Amino acid sequence: MQTLTQRLANPTRFMELSARLLPWISGAAAILLAYGLYLAFFASPADYQQGETVRIMYIHVPCAWLSMMIYGLIALSSFGLLVFRHPLADVSAKAAAPLGAAFTFLALLTGSLWGKPMWGTYWVWDARLTSVLILFFLYLGLMALRSALEDESAAAKLTAILALVGVTILPIIKFSVDWWNTLHQPSTDFTSTVDPSMRLPLLVMAIAFTLLFFAMHLKGMRNEILRRRVKALRTQAVAGRDRLAAQAANQGAAE
Amino acid sequence: MKSFWALLSRDVILAVREGGAIGTALGFFLVVVSLMPLGLGPDLNLLSRIAAGVLWIALLLAALLSLNRIFEADHEDGTLDVLATGPLPLELVTVAKSLAHWITTGIPLAIMAPVLGILLNLDLAAYPILVATTLAGTPAVSFLGAIGAALTMKTRRGGLLLALIVLPLYVPTLIFGISAVSAGAGPAGVGASFLILAAISLVAIVLGPLAAAAALRVQLQ
Repeated sequence: MQTLTQRLANPTRFMELSARLLPWISGAAAILLAYGLYLAFFASPADYQQGETVRIMYIHVPCAWLSMMIYGLIALSSFGLLVFRHPLADVSAKAAAPLGAAFTFLALLTGSLWGKPMWGTYWVWDARLTSVLILFFLYLGLMALRSALEDESAAAKLTAILALVGVTILPIIKFSVDWWNTLHQPSTDFTSTVDPSMRLPLLVMAIAFTLLFFAMHLKGMRNEILRRRVKALRTQAVAGRDRLAAQAANQGAAE
Repeated sequence: MKSFWALLSRDVILAVREGGAIGTALGFFLVVVSLMPLGLGPDLNLLSRIAAGVLWIALLLAALLSLNRIFEADHEDGTLDVLATGPLPLELVTVAKSLAHWITTGIPLAIMAPVLGILLNLDLAAYPILVATTLAGTPAVSFLGAIGAALTMKTRRGGLLLALIVLPLYVPTLIFGISAVSAGAGPAGVGASFLILAAISLVAIVLGPLAAAAALRVQLQ
């Protein structure tokens, strides 16, 4: 009895399955996103304190959630690559890194846009902001390391090692930033309860963004697999041409 | 164990006799710290308030400069391949090399730090704590740095990439190093920050060699 991950180890089977899944995930993401945006911008009340700016939250919170989930996914894929040598693990990690960096950047950007009217400044050295910023740096490190290495299989493994180091150190970073923050300013309490009228749009948006990510991730993985196939075919073609040329040269020498 | 000590003393002797290796890091440390007052103004009150932070950041940057020395030279002349086939597991090889980096960079920088503290008008009472925290914190700098050095061993523009990879990992060391020195202002005073700093170093000593050795194995195949 093969598990799902074992069956997906065959790229062709993965391509078939993902081709069948992708329209459904993209469709669901589009519908939920439209519904969520409608709820967020028209059907939900403005906050009694924050006014209309509270609507930024419906974009900001899903991005922040994804920024962490995607790093978790990359760490899981890296583990799958290093321990089980799953052939799709690296494809998954590679496709997820830029998406994760983009969502983290969006979380920082929307947060700072919200901060301007609320806190009076675009950037505060708040504990959460700082740890998300460092998470963003970790994503950049992953992408930079991969792009700096030419050998693809070595790049895959080295990036995986870095991702696992990052996921080990992230809790320590989070802890130390929280500690540092209490040195400088009293921590802000964000954990107050969310009103039910805002909870539904937030939930819909969170699910929509997660589906959106998975749609883009699957598409990215498919592109990566196709790119690798093209590369393999090219190498084969060049090798074949060289072999033919060598044969022709040999025949010429024999005659 | 014998080969471990042999490797350690070889790396230390090489760093000492090569000339420039230790001196450059110390010189860089001195120049960065003396540029700070030029950039921030000569106000002694301000300088003494930010002295701990400036010293720690300059120390991290100075140590960063010499990180690529850990593996690069030995990889280029093939020593690393010999070490990989030798009796010592690669994990211990990286322990010896990181330790040598700490002895030749971390300790000199830690000893230099109070001297530079004078330039920044650091409170005299903070001197013993400064030396203690830099000594306790710099192992984390060397052992976490070894991960970055191993990962970027074969890349061309390794130095900048190394900084991008390693500096975020130094955040906890930096925070607790500074909070121990800045006059016990922390939530639980100097003792707690110092102990956490030591704990971070211990974690780095375990984590660094494992990750660095894995990275070396990938590249030495």
